[in-house]
Amino acid sequence: MSGIHTSAATALPPAANGHGPLRRLSDLLLRRRRLLLLSLLVPPLLWLGVVYLGALFTLLAHSLFSIDEFAGTLIYEPTLKTFGELMRPANLDIVLRTIAIAGVVTVLAAVIGFPVAWYAARYARGRMKAAFYLAVMMPLWSSYLVKLYAWKLLLAKEGAIGWFAERLGLTGLLDAWLSLPLVGGPSLSVSYTGMVVVFLYLWLPFMILPIQAALERVPASMIEASADLGATPGQTFRNVVLPLAMPGVVAGGIFTFSLTLGDYIVPQVIGTSALVLGQAVYMQQGVAGNLPLAAAFAVVPILVMALFLTAAKRMGAFDAV
Amino acid sequence: MRSDISRPSRGLKLAAGFGILFMHLPLAFIILYAFTTEEKSYAFPPPGLTLRWFAVVWERQDIWDAVGLSLKAAAMATALALVLGTLAAGALARFSFFGREPVTLLLILPIALPGIVTGMAMRTAFGVADIPFSFWTIVLGHATFCIVVVYNNAVARLRRLNPSLIEASMDLGGNAFQTFFHVILPNTATALLAGGMLAFALSFDEVIVTTFTAGQQSTLPIWMLSELVRPRQRPVTNVVAVLVIIVTFLPILAAYYLTRGGEAVEGSGK
Repeated sequence: MSGIHTSAATALPPAANGHGPLRRLSDLLLRRRRLLLLSLLVPPLLWLGVVYLGALFTLLAHSLFSIDEFAGTLIYEPTLKTFGELMRPANLDIVLRTIAIAGVVTVLAAVIGFPVAWYAARYARGRMKAAFYLAVMMPLWSSYLVKLYAWKLLLAKEGAIGWFAERLGLTGLLDAWLSLPLVGGPSLSVSYTGMVVVFLYLWLPFMILPIQAALERVPASMIEASADLGATPGQTFRNVVLPLAMPGVVAGGIFTFSLTLGDYIVPQVIGTSALVLGQAVYMQQGVAGNLPLAAAFAVVPILVMALFLTAAKRMGAFDAV
Repeated sequence: MRSDISRPSRGLKLAAGFGILFMHLPLAFIILYAFTTEEKSYAFPPPGLTLRWFAVVWERQDIWDAVGLSLKAAAMATALALVLGTLAAGALARFSFFGREPVTLLLILPIALPGIVTGMAMRTAFGVADIPFSFWTIVLGHATFCIVVVYNNAVARLRRLNPSLIEASMDLGGNAFQTFFHVILPNTATALLAGGMLAFALSFDEVIVTTFTAGQQSTLPIWMLSELVRPRQRPVTNVVAVLVIIVTFLPILAAYYLTRGGEAVEGSGK
């Protein structure tokens, strides 16, 4: 039976109904599924193939060129010299630092986002569910720069967080944190802590929504069955909920990781003087005028994301995006 | 045991509450700062409150120009993305064909790769092809990453659409176009609307790709970025930020009320 339902032939309308050109075109498309498929597929593929892949290949090609250091002009000869330059300690530091920050942001986003997604997927009903949906969608839709600006106000030395810390008698704690190596700095707005908090804030909805989508597909009966079989809530969470939610977490991670990897605006406004990848691309492309090195820097996130996406695919994350 | 799980624990409530609070408190501060009388610093609490910055913003032509360009670019990018994303969704929702996986990857790639890659790639390509920066170079970049947003929404709904609805339409003598306009479109309209709005918002807000493809043109995000890096009048930026919050909040509410109950579309409850 199922074969009959999916085959195209039975879906054909009775021939008696109309003979207009639209009908003939319709019949043609329905009889020749391949033609229908092609007419659907060609426009988007043409766009992405020409505009996007074309641009991407141009970028890749430029990473294989080099620059004449005296004249500052491009030498259009394939070489791996620019990638050698990328391996200099200072440049390698930029790459590793950025990947580390993106990793921390992704893990923290999953930790903070999971309870929100879990609550929204499983416990929120009716008005409450609507409120949760809006509560996640609103920050997602709010302007990136507005959100960044809000944190500039909060994190600044004379800003709100400092003021509240003082009122609550937590200034000592804040100063102690800022005096720590690596995470600290002269103030919250000039530290890795500040940078990570802002990234987290910016990308959190991108993590919550896919997790929620994955969790909503977990049948309540499965959780009840786990409980009936004597599992504690913790065991149910670890053995039933988490594995089923993992594709959602990874899907969210694609966004949080990739967005952090390529961002150069947050580190420019909030963060230390140590460069991240995005800033390096922007500077090499603009100020330094070293297009090949900028292109080589831009190849790094492509490679990193290729690894990430391959892993994500194995975990079925694309079904949850 | 059952009651343990069917009711949220205090810890979960607290954690969920914290997450929501974390996402919203900072926006409240922006609103507060829009009324501050303090012009030079970020001092908290504001020394006084005033409405005068709203009037100042109203008079600023540079802001209006940036808003206009952003709206135009977002509208064009959304229109392109709606057509291309829906077509792609139609192809991938039901067909299985050779090369299906790479096509899916190609759709996801512009948003899975960091914006700086897209931006940098486009700028390099414009340079090679000798294309001068214009309204269209902005749209080119934006539409590319908006396609996947529409695609995601459309493909999810198409997969849930009960195929027997389409078969019924065909059995009753409807042709492919009638079936599309009377069965498929009404059943996917809310998903397309949501996808379109999301694409619009993404484009309206996009700054990283835009810095590479806009040249000297100033969209609203570019205007804000320049104010963030080199502030001229801080409260003016605060007011613009509040206006952006309001402008983006209204479509979400609208989209929400339009798509409410959309999950109960006939045949979707499989």
